[in-house]
Parts: sequence; C-alpha cells; structure tokens
Amino acid sequence: MATVEMTFTPLPAHVRTARLVATAVARRSGVAEQLLDEVRLAVGEACSRAVEVHQKHCPDEPVRVALTGLDKRFEVVVTNTAANDDGVEWPAISDLGADGQGLPGELGLAVIAGLADDVQVSRTGDGLSIRMSWPSEAADAAR
Amino acid sequence: MDLKLEHHTTDGIEVVDVEGEIDVYTAPRLRELLIDLVNNGHYQLVVNMEKVEFLDSTGLGVLVGGLKRVRAHDGSLDLVCTQERILKIFRITGLTKVFGIHDSVDEAITARKSEK
Repeated sequence: MATVEMTFTPLPAHVRTARLVATAVARRSGVAEQLLDEVRLAVGEACSRAVEVHQKHCPDEPVRVALTGLDKRFEVVVTNTAANDDGVEWPAISDLGADGQGLPGELGLAVIAGLADDVQVSRTGDGLSIRMSWPSEAADAAR
Repeated sequence: MDLKLEHHTTDGIEVVDVEGEIDVYTAPRLRELLIDLVNNGHYQLVVNMEKVEFLDSTGLGVLVGGLKRVRAHDGSLDLVCTQERILKIFRITGLTKVFGIHDSVDEAITARKSEK
C-alpha cells in the first residue's frame, strides 16, 4: 500500500499540487534534501505528460499518483489511463538540432530519465505507468 | 508561486524578467509574451531567469520556440541564469549547446553587442 495516493483531474493547474505533495512525502520519507528538487521536477514531468495524454484521449478520467516509502527507497508511480498512449521510446536528446527543431515531443521523459535514480515505463491495464525511485534513509518512519 | 513577467528595452535589446515557476500551467503566458515581442519587431531577446524557481520541459519548449522565432528574423534569444537547479535541466537536455547562457543581464547584452 502506498504511503500517499492521490488522483487529480487532468488539468495543468493540478500538476503543481502533485509536485508539492510528492516533495513533502519524499522529505518525510527520508529523501536527502539535495534530491528533493529532482523528485519535484521528475514528478512534475510525469504528471504533465499524463495530463497531456488524458486531455487528448480521456479528459474525464483522473491521473493517479502513488508515493511509497519502501526499504531505503522512495518510489513514485504516475499512471495514466489513456488507452491510446502507445508507450514510449526514449527520445534521443543528442539529436537536438542547433535551432532546436529536433526538440522531441517526449522531452519530459528524457528529463525524468536524467533525474530519477531508477525509471521504468510499463503498460498497466488501459494506460501507461511511469515508476521512478530515489534512495531514502528513513523510509521506515513514513510508512 | 505564480509567474510574473516584465520586460524592458536596454541598448536595443528586449530584456524579459521572469519570476516564479515556469511549468505546464504557466508556460503559455511566457509563450504569448515571446510571440508578442517578436510580432512587434523585437528580435534581440534576453530572458532573465535569475528569479525562476522552477522550470520544466514545457518551459524549455517555450524557450526553444522563442529561439526559433527570433532566428527566423536573424535575431537571438539569450538566457541569464546562475541557479544550479535550473542549469541542470539545460544540461540534461543538451540545451546548453543551443542557448547562450550568461551570468548577468549586462554580460548577456555585452556579449550580444560584441557579436554584431
């Protein structure tokens, strides 16, 4: 069972709330202060992506976020339920053109990959989930 | 914190001061401002990000879009940023090779003037 679970209407305004909650739970779960910015940004990217996909394919369905303090790890799972989300291919950031025209649509996922200690993208039921985790020291206290 | 945007002209270069968070919610406002500036003939831009507290890939996309627009008019878009938490995002995405990133507005303007 997750330490904290939340669902939110797929609107950009709620992504900030998700970021704030994730950062607070990460701190309480023992994630080091210097990693909290990375958690905040990665969770924001995952939620932004989920909001975008939901708005295109299923605007009435909520985005789901699960925050869990595991043994020495803090894990975040952001799940969308958009059946038309065809999974992802990690974008090649090195392909960025000098004029930025090569900017990939999945830049957010590239940012997540650069920030999170461990990232897994998998299909779950009708949608897609992004699972990210970071080391934590005092996860036991937050469970 | 919400997003605050102000802009002024210094030495013929339009300086955009950004304060707050640039994310999926607020980035459209920055995009609109950059488009307005280009549409009004401002092709030399400096975006001062010293008071930006958060920047995500949506914000990066807006900055790249602004860069493309000014370059279409042989213009430039330079950034001012010394915050490590923001610079890290540019490094992860390789965009440090795309933007001129400076330590101060004065430095950005001087560098731009010297290239003319």
